[in-house]
Amino acid sequence: MSRLRMGRGLVLLVCGIYFAVPMCASLLFSIDDYHGGYTFHAYTELLSAPGFLDSLYLSLELAAATVAVLLLVLVPALLAARLGAPKLRPVVEVMCSLPLVVPVVALTTGIVGVLRWGPDYFANSPFFQTFVAIQNPNFPVVLLIAYVLMALPFAYRALDGGLRGVDVATLVEAARNCGASYPRAVISVVLPNLRSALLSASVLTVALVLGEFTTASILGFQPFSVWINTYGKTDGQMSVAVSMISLMVVWIVLLLMSALGSGRRKSARS
Amino acid sequence: MTTAPTPVPAPAAVDNNGGAGTPGTAPASQAAPTATRRGRRSGNRAWLGALPLMVFFAIGFGLPAIAIAIGAFTTSSDAPGGGGTFTLSNLTSSLHGAYFTALLGSVKLSALTALIGTVVGLPLAQAVATSRFRMVREAVLSGSGVLANFGGVPLAFMFVATLGNAGEVTTSLGLKKYGWSLYTFDGLAVVYLYFLIPLMIITITPALEGLRVQWREAAANNGATNFQYWRYVALPVLLPSLLGGYVLLFGASFAAYATAEAMVGSSIPLISMQIGDALSGNVLVGQGNLALALGLDMIVVAGLVMAVYLPLQRRSAKWLS
Repeated sequence: MSRLRMGRGLVLLVCGIYFAVPMCASLLFSIDDYHGGYTFHAYTELLSAPGFLDSLYLSLELAAATVAVLLLVLVPALLAARLGAPKLRPVVEVMCSLPLVVPVVALTTGIVGVLRWGPDYFANSPFFQTFVAIQNPNFPVVLLIAYVLMALPFAYRALDGGLRGVDVATLVEAARNCGASYPRAVISVVLPNLRSALLSASVLTVALVLGEFTTASILGFQPFSVWINTYGKTDGQMSVAVSMISLMVVWIVLLLMSALGSGRRKSARS
Repeated sequence: MTTAPTPVPAPAAVDNNGGAGTPGTAPASQAAPTATRRGRRSGNRAWLGALPLMVFFAIGFGLPAIAIAIGAFTTSSDAPGGGGTFTLSNLTSSLHGAYFTALLGSVKLSALTALIGTVVGLPLAQAVATSRFRMVREAVLSGSGVLANFGGVPLAFMFVATLGNAGEVTTSLGLKKYGWSLYTFDGLAVVYLYFLIPLMIITITPALEGLRVQWREAAANNGATNFQYWRYVALPVLLPSLLGGYVLLFGASFAAYATAEAMVGSSIPLISMQIGDALSGNVLVGQGNLALALGLDMIVVAGLVMAVYLPLQRRSAKWLS
């Protein structure tokens, strides 16, 4: 038995080293000044790096818009499936699961294909302006659509999990009996009960949008992740510094989510 | 896929997985009488609530899907004979030459990294799941949650800083003498494992926790050795979960784009790199629709992967209850 225990310790140790070394080495790399000393210039000069704030701003804007559109589209559909039409549930589930099957690169080829229809078929119609407008580099609506689609499966899972713990039909029925209109019942009775599920869906979506690279890079826009890649080719240290920060961000996001999860569990029990 | 959040082993996530077989049946059965009482009208109104999602889905998913389906089988607008005529040449050339090599390269890389991820992840998850220290368990599981969701460009830069040509570990250990280079097939595999192994750990841990102590005791009482217990009891029970995990890892590494793009560009033949290249106009004149055919190839492979994964997941859920 003690031999087993030692084997287990060894396995954990080796893997611990494999996972810790890149983090330590990256941290070292980002503060090494190559003269035997240390410098934190990569972290302090980040704010003044060209394009840093613009790209970060674009990413945050996209993240906020994605969350808003996602919830506006998904929540009514989920509630409708719970309340009125059980037949709707498999339909919603399939719509929310299909984006998982298609790799993001492949989805992007489809988007490029659609965008090409603009000049190819609609060049002389007023419709053409729509194609130009959704590709505005200051706020690319086409990215927004792609991100909402990509976030759909994860947000669906989070919200569906939350809905499982709440008896929506009874809540709405009770509110209606008290004289509340349908929208009022949803807004002031159902949604507050779903607070933590809504929050965790939003947090997941924000994390996804901030990290997304494939679509933005292929379509030629420059949100944060694309900026890191471009800029990283000129200043290696700063790019590693940003990578360390983004690891931190993922960590914080997940801590936040598991805190939300345990909060939900506690309230469900009481 | 690398940046896509995977479920964390937080209590909330466990709740969702644990009840996978039966969830939601209770509210639905309560809702059913209401729906029949109210009759048709409320049903119609409910479909109205789902309308925004359907419209969005038709635009965001339907249009690109149509673009791929049509584009992959027609000539592109810059072709000599004009665009829009039916052809199979996109599809055939996407399965020949450099593109076929890239597709094979992607499949090979995914199969290899998923295999290593599974083989390494299983004993690691077992060591964690049976650990006496709660702290170790929780730390490894939450760490795995972070790393499985960590990917894309930052991951690439971290490894360049560590094992790249001027990386800290490369220079301090003099790895270049031994012919090490991060910018190869093997290097990429090492990087991918950084998020695949944690992904395996969080996928397989619920199944490992589903192994009852009584089974081990029963096997031991019948005189089974440790090896026999694993060979005849534990592994057969775990097999669907293990296969499902393998397939999930395969899909994750097959769809990965950002890490490889930031690290090696298209110097390693991978289908996702080739698509990126083709979309940026890096193809011969008249082959603009080739990228769409490549996308179709990729969707077919990913679809096959899902077709294997879903039944396996359903089967393994049986043992988790």
